[in-house]
Order: sequence, then structure tokens, then C-alpha cells
Amino acid sequence: MMAAVKSMNKLYGVCVHAARRTAGLKASRLFQHRAFRVGAVQRQQPFDSSLEKPQFPGASAEFVDHLEFIQPNVISGIPVYRVMDRQGNIIDPSQDPQMTLLNTMDRILYEISFYMTNYGEEGTHIGSAAALDPEDIVFGQYREAGVLMYRGFPLDMFMAQCYANADDLGKGRQMPVHYGSKDLNFVTISSPLATQIPQAAGAAYALKRENMNRAVICYFGEGAASEGDAHAGFNFSATLECPIIFFCRNNGYAISTPTNEQYRGDGIAARGPGYGMLSIRVDGNDVFAVYNATKEARRRAVAENQPFLIEAMTYRIGHHSTSDDSSAYRSVDEVNYWDKQDHPISRLRHYMTARNWWSEDDEKSWRKQSRKTVMEAFERAEKRLKPNIELMFTDVYQEMTPNLNKQRDAMWRHMKQYKEHYPFELFFQ
Amino acid sequence: MAAAARFFIRGANSKLPITGIGNGSQSSFGGTLVKLSPSSNSRTKTQRRHAHFTFQPDPERTQYVIFGEDVAFGGVFRCTVGKDRVFNTPLCEQGIVGFGIGAAVAGATAIAEIQFADYIYPAFDQIVNEAAKYRYRSGNLFDCGSLTIRAPWGCVGHGSLYHSQSPEAFFAHCPGIKVVIPRSPVQAKGLLLSCIADQNPCIFFEPKILYRAAVEQVPVEPYTIPLSQADIVQEGSDVTLVAWGTQIHVMREVANMAQEKLGVSCEVIDLQTILPWDVETVCKSVVKTGRLLISHEAPITGGFAAEISSSVQEECFLNLEAPISRVCGYDTPFPHIFEPFYIPDKWNGDQPGKDTLLTIQSGSSIQMGSMSPLCLAS
Repeated sequence: MMAAVKSMNKLYGVCVHAARRTAGLKASRLFQHRAFRVGAVQRQQPFDSSLEKPQFPGASAEFVDHLEFIQPNVISGIPVYRVMDRQGNIIDPSQDPQMTLLNTMDRILYEISFYMTNYGEEGTHIGSAAALDPEDIVFGQYREAGVLMYRGFPLDMFMAQCYANADDLGKGRQMPVHYGSKDLNFVTISSPLATQIPQAAGAAYALKRENMNRAVICYFGEGAASEGDAHAGFNFSATLECPIIFFCRNNGYAISTPTNEQYRGDGIAARGPGYGMLSIRVDGNDVFAVYNATKEARRRAVAENQPFLIEAMTYRIGHHSTSDDSSAYRSVDEVNYWDKQDHPISRLRHYMTARNWWSEDDEKSWRKQSRKTVMEAFERAEKRLKPNIELMFTDVYQEMTPNLNKQRDAMWRHMKQYKEHYPFELFFQ
Repeated sequence: MAAAARFFIRGANSKLPITGIGNGSQSSFGGTLVKLSPSSNSRTKTQRRHAHFTFQPDPERTQYVIFGEDVAFGGVFRCTVGKDRVFNTPLCEQGIVGFGIGAAVAGATAIAEIQFADYIYPAFDQIVNEAAKYRYRSGNLFDCGSLTIRAPWGCVGHGSLYHSQSPEAFFAHCPGIKVVIPRSPVQAKGLLLSCIADQNPCIFFEPKILYRAAVEQVPVEPYTIPLSQADIVQEGSDVTLVAWGTQIHVMREVANMAQEKLGVSCEVIDLQTILPWDVETVCKSVVKTGRLLISHEAPITGGFAAEISSSVQEECFLNLEAPISRVCGYDTPFPHIFEPFYIPDKWNGDQPGKDTLLTIQSGSSIQMGSMSPLCLAS
């Protein structure tokens, strides 16, 4: 049994070690292959009765002659990978990613923080999005607007969706922040939690068959990871060898539920090896750590057709949503610590200031400029009419069914008769 | 295909050889047709013990070649495909459907199989909240239209609670999906090919009792049968009988009995597509006959007969000469040893047929109205 524990620890070690080897480090091919093989061999040992070892098809292991349960390791869990400290200093220069990225990252990072309720998690979005190929398909939950922003989704489109006006690509059918963009390969968000996880696995499988060097990234919170669909998605992607990155934003809360009521293991990352998945835990407030981990996971997912799990530790600084007051279940001190002392944006600002890439003046003018841009988009979106009411009936099926045609006609007859009771003036006619 | 293998292994009375299964050389689609192929012909007689209907090949559709032993687990419907196209998944229905949706979203044609319709409920969320709403909620940016979910369906003689269910009504309440049920091999192939080609997510329920019982000539080349179109299996003038799946064969026997014993001319309609269903064909028939009997294996309360009955009553009120009759399963779970008493067999169906004749002869509509099919069934 100890052997099993050891091999498990080894597997963890391998994961962490492997993921730490960034693209810059040029990790040896041989090493990677061995790391991959470890899992593969353990899953499927060939039958050989001549060997003095268990021949059970379900697992590859040694016998042990004393009773010992495997202890979950939660006190000293999987370490959190980071590149820069809270003051924005690079700890290990070999881990510093390419600098050219910074400007883009920074601008976008700043832009989002003004109006989205992604407070505290901006680093996870931008860091991971920057490490992806634009052709990679993104499946998200609903706190990944930064990914869309990084890919160039226009402010006006964000606003159009939130206002559900006539410009909304979703035709005003979904609640605010349920974005989607075909052009940017960002699959439309839906409210049911974790449903996107097995879907992402299926999409990754389709991409693998296409053989076009594309990958899928699938974001979810640590709360959603409790859903059955998360289990399904992890297991399917491992057994069907899908090029996918599972990106868990562990921000400590699912609405009011703290993580100790969500799980008792070592977070989400510790589940990965149980599915035969290479896994890593990163500091989600460190864009470079997120970037490095995603970059390497993406590279290997595509090259080796296997799933990767990244757990980004972060903190949800804002309320869960506008209908939630988080002060009812957590302390102001706690929130302040993360907001003031360990925030992805402030960390990046320290980093940039130290290199003279950013100054107080830049900060001021950028704040002013981005606020203005956002407010203008706001006003434009607000003034727009809502979509034509006809659009209530289309896209249920690809074609209009006779039944729906009939119901639409009935609606119009009704509307004509009782027009004054409905907000017609707000809608395109 | 491997899922089909599991079915054969788990189906208690299956005597089909399973050699060749798992060689990964067939599409799921091929598997379906193999199941319906005459290779199982020699086994059917031994199973008649449980049969509560007699399968009648359609005489008008015999111009096509017959599947033979040479096509079992291969032959004309075998697609020579790699392992990456036909594969096992872990045992997890929500995963299977979610995975299929994702593959369809990324542009693949996904044909998912749920081992039994009874086990489709773990995937209910993925079907109802996701598959059905994908196109609508994204404003048509994304869709999973190339997804088809196949599942063995209906009673099988001894399937008890979890190998007998007919869950179509649960899905009929869900805009965005199509639900299709064939009655025989010809329809199975044509409707399944339509489902696969259709740009909407489809659930294709295969009456599993017919896997071995149904034998008829099926064209080798691809053909489609349109969805959302009912099929008038037999024309008649006195009463309309509507059913789908296996129950169509029961209705045909009822029609024969009514004709022979009572001189009543029955029009038998196979609905084929449950959602979106063909209101027009059914209503036209009822306008002509003035009477309607709907029959399904599923429990009566909330069953799809209620939807048909209510719609026809709205559309054909002035033509109806008697209350619409529903002959369905009881509102109980599907039992094991009591199955012969549970199912709405031809004797259940025949009694309202008899009443219909009496109604026609006496010119009164009261008699049929006074007879509850559920009472008659006891």
C-alpha cells in the first residue's frame, strides 16, 4: 500500500515538475513521454500469469501484506506555482514569460476591471487566454469575460448582450453575461453549471479527429466541479484522450458556500491524477504563472492528445452576482486583504512599474480613457431598441415548425388586439 | 456498436451470437440495422411466447432486397472506419450526451447511444437544458443539430421497471428536440437516416422487441423518410387509430379484428415523430372518421395521447361523434411478472373498437363515451 502512496506522490511530483518546465526551459521530450507512460501503463497492464504480481485488469499494482488505508494529503497539498511575488518581482528569472505579451495583457486587464464583476480573477482569464491559440475553442461558465475581451470581443457587443438589445448576437434571449462568439471560438455561456465540461471533452475529441492542432479549454469554478458532469467530463477526456485543458477557478466560494463545505480533498487539482490527468495548481493572481501553465498544458495537450487540469487559486473579491451580498457570509477584512494586498492587477502594475513600463501618469490617463470608452458603449447600448419580437420563435429548431408558425400568428393577433398592454415601443418593429 | 453488444448481453432472452462485436469496424448506424436484420429470423419463433402482437411486413414495400446472413455484423451497412469513429465511452449517460453535444458543436456528426431508454434520465439535463436550447440561446451562433441519440425503447416481455420504459412524453414537453420512433426495419432505416441528417438534435427510440421480431425487406441504398410526418398505414372510414412503435402492430390487429368481427373500417396512423408531431394528418383523418382512439405503452397520465387528444378536440370538435379514447399503460411503474396484464394489448384496443361499432350502428355516441378504456382493460 505504501508503494501505491509513493507512486501517487510520484505522479503528483511528475505533474508539478512537468508543468513547471515551461516552454522556455525546453523540457526534454523523453521525460514527457515517460511521464505520460506512467499513467498509461498503470491503467492497462497486459495479462501475464508468469509474473508474481496481481493480474486484476482494473489496476496495475503490487500486493501488500499489511492493512493500510491511503491517507488524503490535505494539510500539505499540491503546491501553488507562482512566477512573481505580491510586489511583482519575478522569483525565478527562468520562469519569466515573453515580455512582448505584456502590453496587450496589461491594457486588457485594466479595461475589464472597470465594469465586470470579475474582480480578483482577471489574471486567470488574461493569463490563460494569452497562452491559447485564437483557433482554440473556449467553453466557459460565466466568469470568463476576460477571455473574450482578450480575444477582441468589442465592448459594444458585451453591452448589447447585457442590455439584450437588437445588436445582441444572442438575439436577446439569455440573461446578462451569457456571452458567445462564433468568430472568436467562444461557445455561448449557459446557466446550468458544469454542463459545458463533458461538452468540451466532446468538442476536443472532434478537434482531435480534425487533426488541425487545435485544443479546447474549459473553465469552471470549484463549486461546479462538484457536479456529476465534471466527473463525466474528466473521465471521458482521459479515456478518450482528448486535447483539452480543464481550467478550474478556485476562488473559495460558490455563492455563500465556502470550499470546506464543497469538498474535503486537496482542492480540485488533487482529483486530476485520480482520472489519470496531468494536473497543476497555480497562483491565479499571478498572470505569468497562469500563462506559463496554460502554455505548456496547451502544447502538450495537442501534441499528446491528453487532458490537463489547471487549478488556479484565487479569491472572488466581488459579490457572486448583483443579487448577492457577500458580506452576509464573509468578513470585510478577508475581502480587503485580497483586494488591497494580493490582487492580480496590482501585482502586474508593480511588475510594470519596476521596469518603467508604467507610471502614475499612465495609470491616470488610462483609467480616464477606459472609463470614457466604457461609458460611451454603455450609453449607446442603452439607447438601442430591443430585437424584433418575431425572434422569440426562431432558432427553436433550425426551421420554423408549423406549430410554431401557428403560435407566432396567434401571438400577433393577440398583440394587435391588446397592443396597449405591452411594451411595443421598446422593440424593433 | 459496443453499446449494442452490451444490450445483447444484458437482454436476458437474447440468443444472438455476438461474434464480431467489438471489432470496431461498424458504425452505430450499421449496428442498428444489423439488429433489425433477418439474421435473427430463426430466433423469432421461440420468442412468440411473449408476443402480444404479430408483425406484418408491409406488402407494398417488398421491392427491395432482403438483408441476409451475409450482412450480419458487416456487409452492405458496414462502414469500414477506424477505431476513432466507433468507440466505447465510460459508463455515464450524462457524459455520453454531453460529449455528443460537444462533438456536434465542434462540427462532427455525433450518434450517441443510450443503452436503454430507461437510462436516459441521467442525461435529461444535457438533453433538455443544453441540446434542445443550444441554437436558440446562442442566437444560432452555435448548435448541436448534428447530434442523434439512439436508445432501445418499449416493453420487451420481461424487462420490468428499467428495461421497458417509453419515456417519449417526458421529451415531448421540450421545445428544440425531435423525438422519433419507427415501427419496423424500413421505417427504422429511413427515419434514422433522416434524424442523422436533420439539423436539430434528435432522439431516436428503437422498439427493442422488434430487434428480433421484425423482419422485412429493407433497401440497401440510403433513403430517408421525412420527420414530423405521420404515416397512414391502413386507410379506413369509421374510426382513426393512432399509435407509434410496436403499438402500431397492435392497432393493425385491432383493425383486422374490428373489420372481421364487427365490420368496422379502421384507419391506422403511425405517428412516427412524437415531436414536432403531424397534427394535420391526424386531424384530417378524424375529420373523415369522426372517432379517435390513441394507444401507447407509456402510462396514461401525462402520456403523449393526452396532447394528441386535446389538440384533436380543439381542431375537430364539430366532427367528433364520440369522446376520444386513450388506451394506454396504467399509472404504475412497468411491472415484471404482470406485464401481460399491464400492456394495452389488442384486446384492450379491441373493446373500444367494438363500442365504436355499436356507436356507429345505433347512431349514438353515448355508449362509447360511457366506456372508460381503463375499466375495459381489467
